[in-house]
Amino acid sequence: MSVLTETTVALSSDPTTDPNASQLLEVSMGPQHPSTHGVFRMDVALDGEQVVKLKPVFGYLHRNHEKIAESQNYLGCMPYTDRLDYICSITNNWAYALAVETLAGIKVPERAEYLRVITGELTRLQNHASLIGFLMQDMGTSGTPLMYAFREREKILDLFEALTGARMMCNYMRFGGCRVDAPAGWLQQTQKVIDAFPKFLDEFESLLRTNEILMARTQGVGRVSRELAINAGLTGPMARASGVNYDLRKVDSYGIYDRFSFRVPLGEFGDVYDRYMIRLLEMRESVEILKQAMRDIPSGPIMDPGTKIRGFRPKAGEAYGRIEAPKGELGFYLISDGTGNPYRFRVRPPSLINLTVLEDMCLGRNVADIVIILGSVDIVLGEVDR
Amino acid sequence: MNLEAIKSEIEANVPGCQLEIIPNTSPSAQHSLLVDSAHALTVASFLRDGATVRLDYCSNVTGIDWPVKEVSTKTKVKKIVDGVEKDVDEVVKTQTGGYLEAVYHLYSMEQRQGPVILRMRTEDRTDRVHLPSFTPLWRSADFQEREIFDLFGIIFDGHPDLRRLLMWEGFVDHPMRRDYVDPDDYEYEPTAHDEVLKRAREHQSAEGGL
Amino acid sequence: MLGQGILKGLIETARNFFGSYVNKDRLTTVQFPEERLPQIEATRDFPLLVYDGTDWQQGLRCVACLICEKACPPQCIFIEKSTDKKPDATGKPQFYPARFDIDISVCMSCQICVEVCPFDAIKMDVEFELSTTDRFGGLLLDKQQLAKSNEYYNRIHPTEAGAVDAALADERAKAEAKLRQAAEAKAAAAAATPPPPPAEKTVIQ
Repeated sequence: MSVLTETTVALSSDPTTDPNASQLLEVSMGPQHPSTHGVFRMDVALDGEQVVKLKPVFGYLHRNHEKIAESQNYLGCMPYTDRLDYICSITNNWAYALAVETLAGIKVPERAEYLRVITGELTRLQNHASLIGFLMQDMGTSGTPLMYAFREREKILDLFEALTGARMMCNYMRFGGCRVDAPAGWLQQTQKVIDAFPKFLDEFESLLRTNEILMARTQGVGRVSRELAINAGLTGPMARASGVNYDLRKVDSYGIYDRFSFRVPLGEFGDVYDRYMIRLLEMRESVEILKQAMRDIPSGPIMDPGTKIRGFRPKAGEAYGRIEAPKGELGFYLISDGTGNPYRFRVRPPSLINLTVLEDMCLGRNVADIVIILGSVDIVLGEVDR
Repeated sequence: MNLEAIKSEIEANVPGCQLEIIPNTSPSAQHSLLVDSAHALTVASFLRDGATVRLDYCSNVTGIDWPVKEVSTKTKVKKIVDGVEKDVDEVVKTQTGGYLEAVYHLYSMEQRQGPVILRMRTEDRTDRVHLPSFTPLWRSADFQEREIFDLFGIIFDGHPDLRRLLMWEGFVDHPMRRDYVDPDDYEYEPTAHDEVLKRAREHQSAEGGL
Repeated sequence: MLGQGILKGLIETARNFFGSYVNKDRLTTVQFPEERLPQIEATRDFPLLVYDGTDWQQGLRCVACLICEKACPPQCIFIEKSTDKKPDATGKPQFYPARFDIDISVCMSCQICVEVCPFDAIKMDVEFELSTTDRFGGLLLDKQQLAKSNEYYNRIHPTEAGAVDAALADERAKAEAKLRQAAEAKAAAAAATPPPPPAEKTVIQ
């Protein structure tokens, strides 16, 4: 049994026999196309408006992150992980820290775990907010929803700056805890942002959720079946929109996620509209988690005292650590040979693997649909090309 | 379900396959299963469809380069030297590595279990670098196997579209190999020091500059 | 009714538009560069070297131990260690960096140099308007450009600098107390036994 789909579509007429038949038009979308979210290219073959072939082309932002990491020590790899998915640097830090902690068997203090959850969920909020803004932009709303989304994202970035010193390249986590403790007043400020966030979600929903144009453009577009989603390894909101109940916060309960009560929103049709709605609903759940975490955060140390950050040498062995990043399952596979540098450092990028089904989603659709389908996948090229 | 049980279940159902558990001594204790490449596809499809653990989700696929490494171990051996029995250190040199490895992290979304880690090894690092592709079983391996082909040079038989993924067409080497040599396309580095300075100087003297 | 969703959205847009005249939450932008947002205290961009006292050359806390150069992930720090020792701000002879360059076109502001520095000598600056017309030389900061006074550091990161100053003062007081104790012990030993034994032995006590 194989669910590999046949990737050819019958042409409307055969050009060898029919003299009036349209010829295939080969279009290169990207790497400078405004809707490609960076330097992503698709080789598209069109029959009229219809897509009959689509091959993604990667590598325009390739810098061999994994090779760079092999020449760094374990601490030196941390700031490089910020640059993978540069929208959510904190969850990248977390995944890497988790992998090193699994490799070396490090325990993380309570307060650090709570700070990780708080910053991680804030990252999810700002990632999803900017994604739905971008998606609307791709659909042609010329800025308004994107600006509203960015206005909210800005407030969260200010919190990150107050905590870590940087808005996007946070470099916040360390194996065994977090780098700095929350400064005075930070938690109160965060509480304010969290309390105000549902209001933004309500506004955003009434702005567009029932908009007839949005529904016509997104419903039934870019469908992925549940079986294909599992087989193609889709994770995160992409998989959950197709009805795959797989959220690593529930499945692995890494960190302290088993202490929070939250629901996992699931889609039914796996189309662009579902992916859009899943993200809106996930933000509401994130707000719930944040409220619980803010209520329960204890005081105490933020670093495991037994962990040496400089000159850190884990025992020889290997470990795979994964977390539920906003875009899907972000995993780090590390092999240690007992020296100070990782022998092998592998990133499992959710954006790249979610693109596996891009061709299946686009075949038979119009050119304009490619743009919103790609937008709904939520890719960041820093992570796709590494 | 532990790895021992999975191993014996596979052995009972896939005749002739050679499996070996590769222990992991680090605290993570994620042991892996080495599969011979001749039976790998059968084993994998059994794990996906037939086994008690239905590993329907292939999360991570990656390559590792293990160049030939000489490990010398010292052992004390009793030897008769000039008619007297003495303890003599004998150095035994063994060679390890000399192959490329593909690692698959498999999970079960249905039963929420995992990971089961499968490994496959090529025969050497130069020309016998073929391994069976798992892309017909799990499509998530598609881009990742292409990436391994690109960066490590493992050729996956049965892959529907095996092209370079990140490097461009016409690129010759495999950058993730441990013995990869960077091309000499050095320009200018203001704070060059140590190794970088040496290479920058070499480059500049080759160009006749400075 | 068709169009209801669009109308609903337009009402939302109107609320935001008119709200932006009265509500600070709806209009968060400021007119840069005439208007500036208050500096967030933890902000960091590129490193600086802290010096005590007034003379930047004498007061540099850096002793050219090369730890930051080795730890820097993108390798943007270049240090040449001095061959002689010079007295630092407290008068103690120390090695000093004969050359200390940071290439900020390579630096990625990760703060790892600050974390690994055992002497609190390198800290993060907040100056971000650094554009220059010279691509290489203009972004290669030397020792003099990097040196910033402790007062400046106290001004940009008050909380952090306060803690550092307190720790340093504490350390200095301890060292001084130790010296004084040693001197006293020496004097006492000298008074007790007129023909003095080798001085080192008593100091150890």
